[in-house]
Amino acid sequence: MLKKTRKILGITCLAGLTLLFLDFTGTLHLYLGWMAKMQALEATLALNVVVVALLAVATLIFGRIYCSVICPLGVMQDVFGWLGKKSKKNRYTYSKAISWLRYTMLVIFAGALFAGAGTLVQLLAPYSAFGRIATTLLQPLWMMGNNALAVVAEHYESYTFYSVDVWMRSLPVFIIALLTLAVLAVLAWRNGRTYCNTVCPVGTALSLLSRFSLLKVRFDKSKCRNCSLCTKNCKAACIDFKAHEIDYSRCVVCGDCIDSCKFGALKYTTGFNKTEKKKEDKEANGLSRRSFLLTSALMATAAMAEETEALVDGGLADIVEKKAPTRTTPLVPPGALSLKNMAQRCTGCQLCVSECPNGILRPSTDMMHLMQPVMSFERGFCRPECTRCSDVCPAGAIKPLDAIEKSSIQIGHAVVAADFCISALGEAECGNCERHCPAGAIEMVPVDPNNEESNYVPAVNEEICIGCGACEHLCPVRPLSAIHVEGHEVHKMI
Amino acid sequence: MGMGAAATLAACTGKKRIEQTDNVGEPPTGQMTYRTNPTTGDKVSILGYGMMRLPQKPDSEEFDQDMINQQVDYALAHGLNYFDTSPVYCQGQSERCTGIALKRHPRKSFFVATKLSNFDPKLWSHKASVEMYHNSMKELQVDYIDYYLLHSVGGGGMQNFSQRYLDNGMLDFLMEERRAGRIRNLGFSYHGDVEVFDYLLANHDKYHWDFVQIQLNYLDWTYANEMNDRNTDASYLYGELQKRGIPAVIMEPLLGGRLVKLPSYVVSQLKEREPQKSLASWAFRYAGTPKGVLTVLSGMTYMEHLKDNLLTYCPLQPLNEEEQHFLDTEIAQQMMEMDTIPCNDCKYCMPCPYGIDIPANFLHYNKWIIDKKMPNDAGDPEYRKNRRNYLISLDRAVPHDRQPDHCIMCNHCIDVKHCPQNIRIPVELHKISQRLEELRRDNS
Repeated sequence: MLKKTRKILGITCLAGLTLLFLDFTGTLHLYLGWMAKMQALEATLALNVVVVALLAVATLIFGRIYCSVICPLGVMQDVFGWLGKKSKKNRYTYSKAISWLRYTMLVIFAGALFAGAGTLVQLLAPYSAFGRIATTLLQPLWMMGNNALAVVAEHYESYTFYSVDVWMRSLPVFIIALLTLAVLAVLAWRNGRTYCNTVCPVGTALSLLSRFSLLKVRFDKSKCRNCSLCTKNCKAACIDFKAHEIDYSRCVVCGDCIDSCKFGALKYTTGFNKTEKKKEDKEANGLSRRSFLLTSALMATAAMAEETEALVDGGLADIVEKKAPTRTTPLVPPGALSLKNMAQRCTGCQLCVSECPNGILRPSTDMMHLMQPVMSFERGFCRPECTRCSDVCPAGAIKPLDAIEKSSIQIGHAVVAADFCISALGEAECGNCERHCPAGAIEMVPVDPNNEESNYVPAVNEEICIGCGACEHLCPVRPLSAIHVEGHEVHKMI
Repeated sequence: MGMGAAATLAACTGKKRIEQTDNVGEPPTGQMTYRTNPTTGDKVSILGYGMMRLPQKPDSEEFDQDMINQQVDYALAHGLNYFDTSPVYCQGQSERCTGIALKRHPRKSFFVATKLSNFDPKLWSHKASVEMYHNSMKELQVDYIDYYLLHSVGGGGMQNFSQRYLDNGMLDFLMEERRAGRIRNLGFSYHGDVEVFDYLLANHDKYHWDFVQIQLNYLDWTYANEMNDRNTDASYLYGELQKRGIPAVIMEPLLGGRLVKLPSYVVSQLKEREPQKSLASWAFRYAGTPKGVLTVLSGMTYMEHLKDNLLTYCPLQPLNEEEQHFLDTEIAQQMMEMDTIPCNDCKYCMPCPYGIDIPANFLHYNKWIIDKKMPNDAGDPEYRKNRRNYLISLDRAVPHDRQPDHCIMCNHCIDVKHCPQNIRIPVELHKISQRLEELRRDNS
């Protein structure tokens, strides 16, 4: 019963969250967005008191059901574990809790959170890891499938499906996601919930509450025949069948042990029982865990993102791909309030990246903000009517706002490189930046103030420029635009 | 009821009917209408083959020579004998493809027309121009040219014309070539400034034009000027040629397909009169009806275009006055009421240095106007659906980077290149772009 309920709920949550990340049409978040907002770490960062209280109470009553139902990474590991179980039954063994590692991890994590070391936070946090995998590995496949359908739809003059750009938003993050998936899959396949009970800061934090939970899986010693099946089926490795003890700090209340027991010796009840013991073990799987963190960190410094995609048509002039300029101050979306707020709150879950319909958001490759979203305008600009990223952010890193507010928030301002500008150089009459600026912040003025006849160069009114990037995107100069947006540390209303 | 009636009829007449249906849609041989050139006595087929829109291999920019040969053979077999090309058509490939196809036939069995093109001012010198002329002969694999034209005079006004053909002595040179017999007929094709047209005809005694190529169709007959004040009505142009007895070669009889991409209510009116005739047949009959027309050029990309045109012209059934009025007044008026952009997809404006796919943008825009689905009125119950579909279909028709918002209005397409229809391309692109931006923003 417990197992069945857990399975149904868990798979529902995993499916819902996966769809949320896959969807690029901006419709599903209206129905599934709440699932992201239920995530413990994100809710905490968003100061979402209601959700945090709800989760705490639920854990105090039911134990760590959060890890078996709400956490998509947990359920995903169960899927891998289940696949592993299919190849070899009764495969798990009991091991003692590696408390020193868990608490060290928790302390490091908390430290990183306070220090604003986003990279570390995102490498460790469960929902971030899931989002990374879903966005960088699964969404492209989903989009390719959609594009195939769009081709069919176009054939039948149907507008049900439309084609979208599939592009590598960031190679380092892609590699990290791949490694995360590989490490988690191997760990889960072999040993079940190793990550959850040694690395995961949310798991460790919940374990502090779960030991006192009202409902627990309890042994009925009189019925137990010491057959060891419960231990062999415990993916959390927390059942010591010989001692009839269960480590409730690690138990994720999956119910597998109850199902596996042929004698009805295990029950999920409120009964009275022994308190659990903790022991420390310095061996176990320490090596693989360390290497997971180490390799991830190393990979982050590896190759920079390359976006080269030739678009050649015979009768048409070639178009050189735009390149992202180096911005002295990075750009983060309206609603982020400031770079600091983004750094402190964002858990790098990639939901905004996967949702952005204009191809602007991509994970940062900067070491301190690795995987947190930054903006660039090679594929589009931050359109005035769109508030998608702020709608979906579960962590309060991008605060909700409406389209009108959004258009009056200054996230940066445009700067002109007159040396590149074809108008200033007299190569062509242009003024495309002026023509398309939604804020009316750009004016074409003579290069020589004393000569009306001289070439014209864009001048930016930095007071009303909001940094949307329309000028940068629509500048005909390639690969680097002659006008680009520099970010502001702190956003302000204008 | 209808089904039953048809079945009974079929049963009554039996086998004979079936034999007849076998040939429906297949043009007859030996029925082509010919017009006589008053100077040379050439018997020219009323249908001329325009080599500007040659077939390409599927999903490729490469021209399909096998298909070109096949269509040319088929055309000749059905009595078509006039082929019109130019050094600039089909990215410069047209003359060669035409030459290869025609080389396989006796020289006397066809007339070939080509042009002294004027697109790149770098090629305006006497030397470069003579080279272009000689190169045409080489590419076409012929030692004389039946019809030679000054290409697209009128664009850029008298000044351009003088620089291109008079100051460098090219017109004198070509008249000399005509005397020598290497050019059998000398003429010009005209688009644009009417001053140049009038000047050339006023000096007809000096130049002796053997033919003139003009744009004539039921829309341009009386509405060319109303559509664009820089253009001239075909009725005037044709009238001026008639006064002097100069035969007219007709281009753009179908406006690059615009006269077959019609709104459904116009289609019904045409189909009600002639249910089994194609929409194109109306335009071709219209262009071929005036007696002073030597030949009507059609850029037939596909075999079905060729067959349909042959059906229309083998032989030509001239329109009566009522039918002409129906087309150039009633139908033309209805078309004038739509706000389409008069782009014929000739691609003279291309390539845009900034990569905009100009004709594709215009054709997409026109399609939505003609289908009456342009999301203009937010109160329309279909507005939201049309808005979404319009935006999606644009992305399908034109890649993002080639859409109108990337047009910087540098005017290269109308200053350096030129538009035979005198469309103010950057202005039109900008209008489309503005409307697009409004639609994109309106996602409430």
